[in-house]
Parts: sequence; C-alpha cells; structure tokens
Amino acid sequence: MSAYSVTEPTRSSKWFAGLLVVAYTIITLLPLVWIIATGFKSGPDSISYPPKVVFEPSLEGYVNLFTTRTRIASDDFAALPPPETWYDQIVRDTGMVIAGQSRFGERFMNSVIIGFGSTFLSIFLGTLAAYAFSRFKVPLKDDLLFFILSTRMMPPIAVAIPIYLMYRELGLSDTHLGMILLYTAVNISLAVWLLKGFIDEIPREYEEAALIDGYTRFQAFRKVVLPQAATGIASTAIFCLIFAWNEYAFAVLLTSGNAQTAPPFIPTIIGVGGQDWPAVAAGATLFLLPVMIFTILLRKHLLRGITFGAVRK
Amino acid sequence: MADVTLAGLTKSYGATKALNDVTLTIPDGSFVVLLGPTGAGKTTTLRLIAGLDRPDRGDIAIGGHSVLNDTPAQRDVAMVFQQYSLYPHLTVRDNLAFPLRSPIIAMPEDQIAAEVQKVAEVLHIAHKLDNKATNLSGGEMQRVSIGRALVRQPRIYLMDEPLSSLDAKLRADLRIELKRIHAELGATFLYVTHDQIEAMTMATHVGVLDQGRLVQYGTPRDIYENPVSAYVASRLGQPRINLLPADAFSGAPPNAAQIGLRPEHITQGEGQPATVRRVEHLGDQTRLHLTLGPHDLITLSDVHTPLRPGDTLPIRPHNPLWFDANGNRI
Repeated sequence: MSAYSVTEPTRSSKWFAGLLVVAYTIITLLPLVWIIATGFKSGPDSISYPPKVVFEPSLEGYVNLFTTRTRIASDDFAALPPPETWYDQIVRDTGMVIAGQSRFGERFMNSVIIGFGSTFLSIFLGTLAAYAFSRFKVPLKDDLLFFILSTRMMPPIAVAIPIYLMYRELGLSDTHLGMILLYTAVNISLAVWLLKGFIDEIPREYEEAALIDGYTRFQAFRKVVLPQAATGIASTAIFCLIFAWNEYAFAVLLTSGNAQTAPPFIPTIIGVGGQDWPAVAAGATLFLLPVMIFTILLRKHLLRGITFGAVRK
Repeated sequence: MADVTLAGLTKSYGATKALNDVTLTIPDGSFVVLLGPTGAGKTTTLRLIAGLDRPDRGDIAIGGHSVLNDTPAQRDVAMVFQQYSLYPHLTVRDNLAFPLRSPIIAMPEDQIAAEVQKVAEVLHIAHKLDNKATNLSGGEMQRVSIGRALVRQPRIYLMDEPLSSLDAKLRADLRIELKRIHAELGATFLYVTHDQIEAMTMATHVGVLDQGRLVQYGTPRDIYENPVSAYVASRLGQPRINLLPADAFSGAPPNAAQIGLRPEHITQGEGQPATVRRVEHLGDQTRLHLTLGPHDLITLSDVHTPLRPGDTLPIRPHNPLWFDANGNRI
C-alpha cells in the first residue's frame, strides 16, 4: 500500500491545522490569562512597566474585592493588636485595616439571580412558543415570527428612556423581577427563533408515534420532543445567559442600591490610590466563573449533536 | 378487537386528493392488505384511522362507534411506521416499553419487563435490548418498530410496509409470526405492502387503491383471478400480467381493447409463433422473454427448459382477461 490516501490528511496539512489551532487558542486565551494573573498581583506589580510576567502571587486583590479598608493614624496602627486572620494580615501589610465587608458578594448574587432567572424564563417561554410555531397552524405565523424578530432590529438601549419611565411608574426600577423581565424580553426573540430551528429539525413522526402509543400531545412533547431538543435548549440557554450576565447599560440605568448586578459594580472598585486593578481583575475572574461552569456543564449536550437516524429518510 | 368501518372517507393535502370517497369494512379478526403504487392513498388511510390526520369528509368507526373526535390515544390502535420512528434518545428496551408505560396502559414495571422480553425474542432482537435505538441496522430498527406495536393488544394493528427492509429469511420468518399472531390472538390487521407474497399469503382481504379510490376489495384469490380492471390485474402476479392490444390474437370480444395474459393464460406449443429473446433462470422458476410480432411478453416455462434465445415457440391464449378502452374488465 502506498502512503497516499484521499481521505487521510497529509502530515503537512495536519501540522498546519495544529499550528492554526494553537495560534488561535493563544490569541483568545491571552486576555483571560492577563485578567487571572492580574487578580493575583499586588497593587504595585499590577501597574508596573514593563508588565511583570513573573511575580510573587498575592491574594490582595481578592481580599480588597470583598472588603472595604481604611487608613488610620500611624500611632493607632502601631497600637493595634496582632492581626487575627490571614486576610487581616494581608490588609495590615499594605498599611491599612479592614473597615467592613464590600457589596461585591451581594452584587454577584444579584447577577446570579437575574442572569439565571431570565435565562430560565426565556428558555421556558421560548421552548413552548417555538414548539407551537413549529407544529401548529398559528394564524399569521410568519407575521408573528417576523414581529418577534423585529424586536431585536434596533439596539435594546435605543428604548432605554421609555423603559426607564415605564419601570419607574410600575415600580420595577431597581428590582430583581424588573431586570429578569427586561432581559427575558430581549432574549426571547433569539430563543424562539433558535429553538424553532432546532424543533423543526425533529421529525414529527416521533410525536405521532407517541400519540398512537397512548400519550397526550403535552406528554409527547415532554417525553419525546424535549429530550431531543436538549442540544438546542443547551446552546440557546448559553446565549441567553451570556447576554443577561454581561449586560451593562440597562444595569447601570435601572439598578442601584437593591438589584445592581456585578457588571456596573466591578468598574467602581476604587482603591485609595486610584483604580484598584488587582481587585477589579479578581472581580472579573470570579464574574467569568459561572458562565464558564454553566458552559462546561452543558458541553456534553453541545457536542453530542442532534441524534438523527432512527427515522428512515 | 373490533370491526373498523370507513365510510365515504375523503382527504386532500393541498391540491392533491389523497383519498376519494373510500368505503371499506375491516371485519373483526381479518387481515386486510392494501395494495397500490406510491401516492395511491395507502398511508393516508392508515393515518386517518390512527387519528394523525382528520378526514375532509366521511366517517371512521371502530367497534360501531365513530372515533372522529377521539385522539389517537383514545382510539387504541397500534401503528408501525414506514420510517420506523423509533425514539432516538431511548434504548431498544425503553422503545418497546414506551407504549406500556403510557398513562392509558400504565402497566407495572415487572410485567413490562416480561412483555418486552417476550416480544424481543419473537423478533430476534433480545440481544440488542440495551442498544440505543440509533445504534441498529435498518432491519433491526424495523423489527423494534414492529415490536413496539406488538407489545400491545390494540383494537387494530396498522402496518405500513413493516417488512420492507428485512432480508429474505427474516421476512419469511416474520410473515409467519404475524400470521400466527393474527390466528392465535384473533387480532385485526390493516397492512400496506408492495410485496405480492405478503399480500397473497397473509391477507384475508385485499383492497386495491388507485389515486385515492378503492377500486376493488375482495379475497386475494378473487383479486388475482377476477380483477375488475387492467390496473388491478397488474397489482398482483409475478411476473406481471402481459397487457397487449386485443388484436394481437384472434377471438377478441367486441369492444375489447386489451388482452391480459398471465403465464397461466398462455398455452405453449401451439398457436402463433413467438421468438424467445431471453431465458432467465431464477432457480425456482424460469422466465421466458418472448417477442410476438411487435409485442414483448414474459411468461414462465419448465425450470429446466431446453429453449435458448432465438428459438421459436408457438403460443396461444387460454382463458385470457379482456379489457375495454378504459381498462375495465369485459
């Protein structure tokens, strides 16, 4: 047998493909690595020039993220009892003392509630609507679908002022419910369109078989359609979560003391001597985690692909 | 089990009329085979009875009661789809158990396990029970699909070419198996096929559909020996009936336009000389391709015939079927 094959890639094309993948990975990961590294730098290291690639890791950024600190007179500072905990120690080393807890944890929880809440609601409503559009004779179906899509034809922030006024009237300003409804309204058109595409791909024969096998239409939907739409639901959920999680403009405009999410909060972390970059980077790192975990958890569904094959074409 | 009655059933999909005024009774315990080419309305008939589509006109009664307003589940029918339609996210075992777990039957799990095992053994798929439904060959999928119907005892089994992708041996085995279920359980079947042997061996009644109309309904023997038209005559018979212009032979009745000759209608060794074009040895039968003037025809011969291409063979019609200009039997 000769080494030549039409289906096997040649050695050089394999090398080239590998090189491309590695180069792309480095380019995409660089900002991420930068953020994570900065989160573990000390204040001076984070702004040193040229940037320090090798540095002494410190948890200063993370401690600063979760605390508020204050500088006290040097006599009082010298008179303090020795620090009780490791984080007391870190703060003491920078010449300050902990004054209290920061609001980061609270903001982070707001992000979790609003992000996941609106994702759940978008997917729940989107799946039902997409199924109806895919399977039933809905009057004016095409017009309705176009109308749903048209809600995304301008940037959502273009309607910020009407929404601001409406929310103030309705008492939805600075509430979790208000933000969940807002992000759901923005995401639902994407969810309906994406999910309709996925559900259209599932042959009707499965539901027909289930109907004959003694199930109602809703039971057939739950037992036969939903498991097969899992791939579509997972990827749509990731898109919805990423939007709701990262949304900045409406969060700045509509939330403040009560329902403020992490994106408007992180940039406001200011240390004593200006921007506290390690704390900002630590906040950004923690902020990335939920979306990453969510994506990794759903990765199985994303990679699996839609299971066709049990219906003869 | 119950009689199924179709009365004046009409159904259009858009501009195409799939079924046109079909009236038919499927007696309790009968095995009715529907014949007809693609698009004749066979699958539509099954779908209407199952309740997957609503007829435009007409009524469907099961056991004497109209089921038009019943859901498919309430009609208590089982269907084998031509496309198998196995649930791809479930194993073979769960596919087979699916109807038994439905809220209507809700059989206890230990009983389900026994039923599933039983039907899997009948269909020779017991060793594949834990496979994903997508991880099967075409023939295996088809057997699972049959099994999903056979685990139940519905009022009627609707089967859409259930044996089409099986190999010859398995097909013969399952033919016998279905016949056994029919005989032992007294089950009622409505069965769509293209296969002549299935139609002739399993059917108690055969219905022939032509462009949505039921053109003849009777016993398989009746359909074969007394077809009402050239169309019906060409549905059954291997090799197919030879249709020639009536004047190819003498003795045509007035207004006959076509003569229909099955192999048994051709007496060899006397009559008009025909030329042997080709001799096909199929093993159990030997086919002769003949040329008679401008016409070609196919008939059977002795399995070990000495005839060779180029030989001359005189032939004469014997009790042939005559059809008029519209193809109707005279």
